[in-house]
Amino acid sequence: MTQSDLDIVKKTAKLARLELGEAEAAKFGEQFGRILHAFEKLAKLDVANVEPMTGATALSDVVRDDRSKPSLARERVLANAPKQDGEYYDVPKTVGGES
Amino acid sequence: MSGFADYPKLDATSLADAIVSKRTSASAVVEAALARIAALDPRLSAFHTVLGDAARARARSLDEALAKGEPTGRLHGVPFALKSNMCVEGVETNCGSKILAGYRPPYTAPFVQRLLDEGAVLVGMTHMDEFAMGSSGENSAYAAARNPWDLARTPGGSSSGSCAAVAARFVPFSLGSDTGGSVRQPAALAGIVGFKPTYGRITRYGLVAFGSSLDQVSPFTRSSRDMELVMSVISGADEHDSTCLDLAPLEPERSDSVRGLRLGVPKEYFASGLDADVRREVEAAIGKLVELGATTVPIELPHTEYAIPTYYVVATAEASSNLARYDGIRYGPRKPGDGSLQGMIAATREAGFGPEVKRRILLGTYVLSSGYYDAWYVRALKVRRLIRNDFDRAFESVDLVVCPTSPTAAFKIGEKADDPVAMYLSDVMTVPTSLAGLPAVSVPCGFVSLEGKRLPVGLQIIGPSLADARVLRAARVFESATKHQAAIYSLEGAGA
Repeated sequence: MTQSDLDIVKKTAKLARLELGEAEAAKFGEQFGRILHAFEKLAKLDVANVEPMTGATALSDVVRDDRSKPSLARERVLANAPKQDGEYYDVPKTVGGES
Repeated sequence: MSGFADYPKLDATSLADAIVSKRTSASAVVEAALARIAALDPRLSAFHTVLGDAARARARSLDEALAKGEPTGRLHGVPFALKSNMCVEGVETNCGSKILAGYRPPYTAPFVQRLLDEGAVLVGMTHMDEFAMGSSGENSAYAAARNPWDLARTPGGSSSGSCAAVAARFVPFSLGSDTGGSVRQPAALAGIVGFKPTYGRITRYGLVAFGSSLDQVSPFTRSSRDMELVMSVISGADEHDSTCLDLAPLEPERSDSVRGLRLGVPKEYFASGLDADVRREVEAAIGKLVELGATTVPIELPHTEYAIPTYYVVATAEASSNLARYDGIRYGPRKPGDGSLQGMIAATREAGFGPEVKRRILLGTYVLSSGYYDAWYVRALKVRRLIRNDFDRAFESVDLVVCPTSPTAAFKIGEKADDPVAMYLSDVMTVPTSLAGLPAVSVPCGFVSLEGKRLPVGLQIIGPSLADARVLRAARVFESATKHQAAIYSLEGAGA
């Protein structure tokens, strides 16, 4: 593993909201380097005039009629939350004052 | 075992027939299923949840309905199992992950509801690689299912438990999901039928998302005619999924011949890396299809060697985005971290995800991040187009493509656990079809002998887009001309 692999993993972990420990980051850094090395052959292919394939169907812009329908019951959806007050999800304070 | 004694011998079609013609009852069939699971699953670890009471109650009501002369569905009284990434109202769907421990969906997926509407009886939820990321079941946070042909080996992955449940004859059919081969590869390794439909055939509403442009609900069955039946029940338009095609349910083909079908044999799938014994069995199977009236045409799929890196860039990119929703707010256990919102999210994810999921989130985040997006992600999407073009070109001159499903027979649990690159390569024969969005089945085609154990081999039959029925017809014709699917593992003392 190179220092740059480790730096990449740490930076990427931050972007991905993962809190890796040092040993975990080092292990991923080593594997990351090997995986990317195995994938380098993609760079050798000439794809200059190829249209990216963004999906597996030819469908695009599928829309439905804009009318209201019953939705899932709030209490049943909230029932899965680790913290809620019967009406809303409860999360740590994010703006203003002391949290 | 209690219940209907012939239970393990029959496929779903025969079981429904036996129940409706009153040779047995839904209750006796469900008792047989539950007894078999109770006796053998401690060694196989197929199920994380067995719904014994609910299944018995439902069987009783189906028996009462039949006794009253009410109309019966095509799967009346037939037990089935679901991979744990599928939503059933009130039943734990943990996706093989600690981050969804205890999650009970507030709704039932339409593809599950369609099975229930035909009289099928859900008996349980099965173990899987966490978030369907894996090829052996070992990435489950709970248990790695075992292969009934050799308990030291994997039944493949990621739909490991759903595969083991059918292979061990706990249930005649189950649902898995196939993103890069997660149903076809296990089907091959455990000697059953596994089918990934054309992308868009089955709604993904109620399937926990991994790689949204690749994921397809995909059944496991004992017989090809059951696959046609199950597909005809669960496929078809659904307004909840904008990528679900606006088509009627699949209609099986009436033909029982492969005469005149042109089968493309891609040289890239018979290159180095293919086990010699697997090769022998697959070539014999293709010979059998020729004997039955098909012809073979050598073809080239020149971008096959790029499929694994392309897949792991596209699938991880989509996964990193899809898995952003696991933030300790709406479901799953929360870790407080340093008490801030960001700290809570990071601590929850760190504790909730296992190593392979973290590895893939990191890879996917990396290939989508500023500075790498074009070099990795966009480039992979372009190569994905080239892979699809290979198939389109081949299907100008052939009706189906035939090749192995997996380069080897079942490998041992632990064998590849510490080497992600080696594990990724076990998908080499299934990911090209996934990237191209095409229908493909794995059907049992023979056996190899490894360390004194008899291990199944799968033949993969791939069709052009929307030719699902043709693919399944070829599988059915092959199966009825051979006896591979009738073979039974010899779980010591378990009987069959």
